[in-house]
Amino acid sequence: MRQITLGKEGVEKNIIQTLQEKSGVRLSDCYQCGKCSAGCPVAFAMDLKPRQLIRLLQLEQVDEVLKSKTPWLCATCQCCFVRCPNEIKIPNLMEAVRQEAKARHIIPEKDIDKFNNLFLKNVEQFGRSHETFLMGFYNLTTGHLFQDVGCAPKLYFNKKIRIRPHVVKNKSGVKRLFQKTIEKGAK
Amino acid sequence: MRRIGVFVCHCGSNIAATVDVEKVVEAAKTFPGVVYAADNKYTCSEPGQEAIKKAIAEHNLNRVVICSCSPRMHEATFRKTIADAGLNPYLLEIANIREQVSWVHTDKEKATEKAIDLARIAAAKAAKDEELFTSTIPIEKRALVIGGGIAGMQAALDIADAGLQVTLVEKESSIGGKMVMLDKTFPTLDCSACISTPKMVTLSQHPNIELMTYSEVTHVGGYIGNFEVTIKQKAKFVNHDICTGCGLCETKCPAKVTSEFDQGLGKRPAIHKLFAQAVPNKPVIDKNSCLKLTTGKCGICSKICPVGCIDYEDKDKEVTKKFGAIVLATGYELIDWTKLYGEYGGGRYDNIITGLQFERMVNASGPTDGKIVRPSDGKTPKSVLFIKCVGSRDVNKGKSYCSRACCMYTAKHAHQVLEKIPGAKAYVSYMDVRTPGKGYDEFYMRTLEDGAVYVRGRISKIYPEGEKLISLGEDTLSNSNVTLETDLVVLETAMVPNPSAEKTAAMIGVGRDKDGWLQEAHPKLRPVETNTGGVFLAGTCQGPKDIPDTVAQASAAAAKVIGLLYKDELETNPMISKVDPQKCAGCGFCIEVCPYGAIELVDFPDRYQGKKIMRKVAQVNGGLCQGCGACTVSCKPGAIDLLGFTNLQILEEVDALCR
Repeated sequence: MRQITLGKEGVEKNIIQTLQEKSGVRLSDCYQCGKCSAGCPVAFAMDLKPRQLIRLLQLEQVDEVLKSKTPWLCATCQCCFVRCPNEIKIPNLMEAVRQEAKARHIIPEKDIDKFNNLFLKNVEQFGRSHETFLMGFYNLTTGHLFQDVGCAPKLYFNKKIRIRPHVVKNKSGVKRLFQKTIEKGAK
Repeated sequence: MRRIGVFVCHCGSNIAATVDVEKVVEAAKTFPGVVYAADNKYTCSEPGQEAIKKAIAEHNLNRVVICSCSPRMHEATFRKTIADAGLNPYLLEIANIREQVSWVHTDKEKATEKAIDLARIAAAKAAKDEELFTSTIPIEKRALVIGGGIAGMQAALDIADAGLQVTLVEKESSIGGKMVMLDKTFPTLDCSACISTPKMVTLSQHPNIELMTYSEVTHVGGYIGNFEVTIKQKAKFVNHDICTGCGLCETKCPAKVTSEFDQGLGKRPAIHKLFAQAVPNKPVIDKNSCLKLTTGKCGICSKICPVGCIDYEDKDKEVTKKFGAIVLATGYELIDWTKLYGEYGGGRYDNIITGLQFERMVNASGPTDGKIVRPSDGKTPKSVLFIKCVGSRDVNKGKSYCSRACCMYTAKHAHQVLEKIPGAKAYVSYMDVRTPGKGYDEFYMRTLEDGAVYVRGRISKIYPEGEKLISLGEDTLSNSNVTLETDLVVLETAMVPNPSAEKTAAMIGVGRDKDGWLQEAHPKLRPVETNTGGVFLAGTCQGPKDIPDTVAQASAAAAKVIGLLYKDELETNPMISKVDPQKCAGCGFCIEVCPYGAIELVDFPDRYQGKKIMRKVAQVNGGLCQGCGACTVSCKPGAIDLLGFTNLQILEEVDALCR
């Protein structure tokens, strides 16, 4: 059973504030109806359901939330948000929690984090995702060398993946986009 | 020659699904005296009533039996129907084959059999029905309102504005009730005093309103239209005719006692006004704490009073007045949690207060001038926990009902803590949040936005630790046990009926429910009437409610009073007891059993052994008699008959059932 103490001085109120500002979510808007969790396609794998994650933030239980796998498992499918009666942008909140956790080097789902990084690198380099590289590097960096390798020939002959990257026309434009975003984030 | 018509109603499928209506009709045709029987889908509908009228004319019927719902539902409707057809309205009998048959039975065959029995009984009784005629009694065009809170004030003002005379009786020295104790009112947060004190002033200056403060009703006699009420005016020891209300006496009075108005948080002198804006704005002396009245030594107020209005010899006075209608607005009190909740300290910890104490504290004219402080050390609390449903929804320790207003005023209290104390934390322990009102849920959501943290679960124990109070609870939403460390705890306690209501209700003959709230005649369709004619309910005496609902109900009660008092005369119920003086032995037993005091012994000229004598016999006052029939069964010689339910008719019914 989780034990929570409320009313103590010096709780990390500013983290809650940062999360709210970054995500544009007002935590008090949530009245815990549970519609988000009921419709979430990955809720079965989550340690905290989206509703529980918000509840713990309402009770200022930041540590447990930052350690949770939930924000990493969130597929950002937006199903929760479009159905939420209070229009709470839960995927934005998940992203904010993920960033906050990463800043503190709390990464409960390391493979997912690696995949995210590889994916972004990929897009930065080629202007779009190159699946072969992504799959290859993902297997190499995570150490799951032969994960899904059996699918590769079938994908190749069905022309779903190719050896050479398909580069977009304005590659430098995408790079600039990345730069600007990073600059903005640094501010 | 009796010509009885029987009309059997299907009531859609309400009756027809369980009772074979055709069979009942066929059976009814064989009853003695019945010359016509028919069925109808909806007898109470326009075509149904027309069918009855047509049958009366065509078959020359002179008694009518209707097999339908309870007479409480449609007896008045059908009396009017047969009266329209030219019959005396009391030549009607109703067999209740819905509530007493179809709704409570499932076996169609047996239900039909029972319906036929009931119809036969009704037909036998109808055969002995006699014509009855109503009479009229004059109405006293003056209303009595008992209780001077917001409900009583609203009712009195509405009745007075309609041009009728009103007397308002209030037991405290000022009108205003609980509402003037409050600081702000939800959901608009207008200041309670700012919206209630103008009403108090209007009321005191209204030409049609007689205000009797510091008074109590001690006896109620009479009946609808003609109540006789005795009101005790408690000794004020201050002559209000000369007193200017300067307040000098209050400043010099040496006797200081705990202020009831401030919920024990402040002190008041023995000679005091209830509060600064009291109406009437003149003091009274509390005889239990005045030094002059208790010990005989003091008399300062008398010496310094510039107009000499202090009178230590003042005595309680009693006046008797006549009223046509009574509005009960006796209000509520808060449950005494200290006797019930040992786990919350049972009153041992200073920093656990009630919601009403919090109201007094946060009120600018309260004992702390509007500052929220800890009663133990006067420090401003940095964190406050509000606990809802203390005494409400708690069958074990308190009451089973929801007190209705607490969810909203708790949200208001939490908002006030966050607004008045910068950086403070407000926690609310709750089970549900019930906000069914205009703008209510929005108000609650705003409190959450302000930063109030709601923890879903009841607090199981509170104990002090250092300067803090530790409350143990659960948050069922996050499935965690929660420990709350707060500086102040506010218990939002249950509303209970004002203890004085019990006596008043018993005097007037108004019923009370299992929790002591005054009983309305019908929870949906007659919410402000009582089962005693001419007595109406307003506000929280009927059940817990908030200010908007209280005001609405008070105006509704006023409308009923106006409707009653605007008539010049009242039709009486002719179904009352009648004494046959020849048979009456004058034992007076009926007088003892009559709950309405409607029977008295009078002289009756008689002959005994050839000589003229006067002897005592019982006589019924038609205005007071409610037709309950208690006297008829108590009468040993069988001299009393209840018209419409005569002994002969009852016997005929029994005969019909045994046939």
